[in-house]
Amino acid sequence: MNPLLTKWLVLLPILIPFVSGSFLLLFRRQVTENSQNLQRQRNIGIFTGVLQLIAALLLFQQVLTHGILNVQSGNWPVPFGISFVADGLGSLMVLIVAAMALAVNVFGLSDITESRQNFSFQAIYLFLIAALSGAFLTGDLFNLYVWFEILLISSFVLLSLGNERMQLRGAVNYVLINLVASSLFLAATGLLYGHTGTLNMADIAVRLSEVPTGITNVLAILFLVAFGMKAALFPLFFWLPPAYPAPPVAISAIFAGLLTKVGVYALIRVFTMFFVYDIEFTHTILLWLSGLTIIVGVLSAIVQDDIRKIISFHLIAQVGYMIAGLAFYTDLGLRATIFYFIEDIVVMTNLFLLAGLIARYGGSFKLSQLGNLYRDRPYLAILFALSAFSLGGIPPLSGFWAKLMIIQASFDKGQLLFTLILLFGAFVTLFSMARIWREAFLKKTDEAYEHYAQQPELFDGTASSRRNLYTPVIALTALTLVISFFPQPFYRFSANVSAELLEPSRYINHMFSEANTKSPFADKYAEDTKSDKTKESNETKEGDSE
Amino acid sequence: MESLLSIAVGVLFASGIYMMLRRNLIKFIFGFILMGNGINLLIFTVGRLTKGNPPLVPEDAYTMEGAVITNFANPLPQALILTAIVIGFGFVAFSLVLLYRTYTVENTLDTDKLQEDVLPEVIV
Repeated sequence: MNPLLTKWLVLLPILIPFVSGSFLLLFRRQVTENSQNLQRQRNIGIFTGVLQLIAALLLFQQVLTHGILNVQSGNWPVPFGISFVADGLGSLMVLIVAAMALAVNVFGLSDITESRQNFSFQAIYLFLIAALSGAFLTGDLFNLYVWFEILLISSFVLLSLGNERMQLRGAVNYVLINLVASSLFLAATGLLYGHTGTLNMADIAVRLSEVPTGITNVLAILFLVAFGMKAALFPLFFWLPPAYPAPPVAISAIFAGLLTKVGVYALIRVFTMFFVYDIEFTHTILLWLSGLTIIVGVLSAIVQDDIRKIISFHLIAQVGYMIAGLAFYTDLGLRATIFYFIEDIVVMTNLFLLAGLIARYGGSFKLSQLGNLYRDRPYLAILFALSAFSLGGIPPLSGFWAKLMIIQASFDKGQLLFTLILLFGAFVTLFSMARIWREAFLKKTDEAYEHYAQQPELFDGTASSRRNLYTPVIALTALTLVISFFPQPFYRFSANVSAELLEPSRYINHMFSEANTKSPFADKYAEDTKSDKTKESNETKEGDSE
Repeated sequence: MESLLSIAVGVLFASGIYMMLRRNLIKFIFGFILMGNGINLLIFTVGRLTKGNPPLVPEDAYTMEGAVITNFANPLPQALILTAIVIGFGFVAFSLVLLYRTYTVENTLDTDKLQEDVLPEVIV
């Protein structure tokens, strides 16, 4: 394959939203002046999303056929300079990000109010997407930190955009805990740099084997705390339930689908590449943290009244399931984690969007005030049921396959108690979903009906807003159904990624291959020195002859 | 020199964490600034301290076969710290504005009082 093409393909998922976002930010003043420009800005946002999706698909297809691809910034040879690497996991995540970003942006066209859109919502949203892609594609630890920060600052703005009281409180929680998490991440990166003398992930993985296990364990725990806060692991998740339900549901959906997953992704990277020398210690901690996350998450969910809060707590519990697969550190466990990743991001994003639709038609997010929805909105009920019962793990929906794989991995490991926790979590999740179903859809109530009878514009909305709201939900539900009924390709792909993760030497060997470590100036340098020498020898010869 | 800087890092961390545990959120930000400086100093210290030498690698000194020369300054930690300072500055600026906004709405920045339940929001 053309090497120039590879370079651009690896960078495009970052560059497209970044350039487009900067462009939109530059022309913000003109955009706020009239609504025609606002419409134009939205169109550019959607168009960028489509381009991004195409780029991500191309990259994914290239990685499938050619294996790991990488680009060195500034053409520096490998351990120097910043690397961007698209391996199986990275390219998969970029593809999911692009798909979810587009779906949520379409939903947001009718969900995010104009006053919010005016405050350059599109630009900041695109920066968030660029930062997510960057975090999944970078091969340099400090660069990962930088992408995390770009991602955080965009998410801060998105979370507090609108200045409602609930948003401000959620944002204060979210911002302050993330300040601590990023500080810890930076400190841990600094210490790791001190021990290995490098920031390139492949190089770190090689050099860490020479560092004593006592020190790597301390570093592992620092990274676990830093990424655990972002991934909302027990006991570091208390910032999430007040923060995620606060903004408009489109923003909640993108946060729920992708932001905590960046933390999970970073944990997977770090605990499969760096800290694999004392598995007894590090991965056992991971295992029990994930078990506690599941228990606390599902039990907290069943006492909530607000649908968004229920889903937020389930989001936390689902993170527990993913980390469980990582903690087993077996082929089956990692396969389950990757499969869970694909399946859960789609379902979680969709559930938040559905919660938005429920509130739009039912007039409230509170279960106690909702009702009658099955009678009035049967199609919405079916869409919700598919995603909710996939989350609960009802066969043959996608959540069932994911949970089955995790439980199988747990049995293989001989963790009987842990298997019980996994099963318990699945049952409580199902109960909680059934509770939403009973309260919001089946319950007959006069109160709720009165509420939306007073607001007919909510009841129907315009045809274009209905189209904007339903298209992404239907598309995501269709995706869930595809994963449910044709899990084989996804399973096979998860197996490939898992093999790649269990054998980091593949990644490392690729990074340190001849083509990457050779300086592009090496030949020229050799020629120069050669010509210098010949010149010198000529001079000496001339001197001799004289 | 290393031990002196290590102690400075420890003091900055300790005072930063102490400030972060206070109830007033403005003090939390001050704690974050202190800890951020501690971390920058930490990165600087772990990156090998060299006195009075420019960050220039002598042409004949370094070979790919692993001969390590240590008498030149390491420029990388400074690049890292510079990035971290800029990012930290952005974060502090944003958090201060957010806290100011919160103060105008809630009339307090005391974490205990901010915990009290929010009235149900009007949705959509």
